[in-house]
Amino acid sequence: MKFAVQVNEGPYQHQASDSAYQFTKAALEKGHEIFRVFFYHDGVNNATKLTTPPQDDRNIVDRWSELAQQHNLDLVVCVAAAQRRGIVDEGEAKRNGKDAENIAPGFRISGLGQLVEAGIQADRLVVFGD
Amino acid sequence: MSEEEMMDDEVVKKFMFVNRRAPYGSIYALESLEVVLIAAAFDQDVSLVFSDDGVFQLKKGQETEGVGMKNFSPTYRALEMYDVEKLYVSKASMDERGLTKDDLIVDVEVLGDEALADLMDDQDVIFSF
Repeated sequence: MKFAVQVNEGPYQHQASDSAYQFTKAALEKGHEIFRVFFYHDGVNNATKLTTPPQDDRNIVDRWSELAQQHNLDLVVCVAAAQRRGIVDEGEAKRNGKDAENIAPGFRISGLGQLVEAGIQADRLVVFGD
Repeated sequence: MSEEEMMDDEVVKKFMFVNRRAPYGSIYALESLEVVLIAAAFDQDVSLVFSDDGVFQLKKGQETEGVGMKNFSPTYRALEMYDVEKLYVSKASMDERGLTKDDLIVDVEVLGDEALADLMDDQDVIFSF
């Protein structure tokens, strides 16, 4: 089965990102394909590398980055939602006159067309969030 | 292989957007509209459902100056220009909130729970915001 995953909530505040991660990991282990994970609404906050949780807690951002590296996952952050919430990569930072970028490894910023394409290409689009 | 599968770029799926939240209190309604417009630009078969407090997104006479928010309700009237014409509203949600079709800024089809369930059953992709 070819899955696409959408994450609509930020990390730590809400279970959605944890659940999406567990789902994605389990699906990959079962041999399914994950076409793309798309981060929207406050879900874009899963992509900031400045996230620094206490050492005895899980690091949600690092976990996604590692999973992306292991499985060549496509982690896409919505550009409009990201700009509103201060998630920028080097290109976006330059374009908008910011002096820093904060996108975590394995994530990339792109448009909502990537979400619509995921809906078209995947057999199932699974949405995490309220 | 069907004709639809061969023309890979032109696959049309049924995309339904279920809007369940009030328009201003959170950003979901506004960001839902953004995806709707993109899905329409991809020439997909787009429909919108307004349920629960989501019915307030279509209410006439929205005045947002007092809360310092942008009034994006005119966008719903522009959906027709994007060929998004399938707008459905939950009858139960309207009744619970004392609203009728006359209170809404756009023309909609008011459906009971069963009809809405059938409609959802018929979709390829459902987004809930």
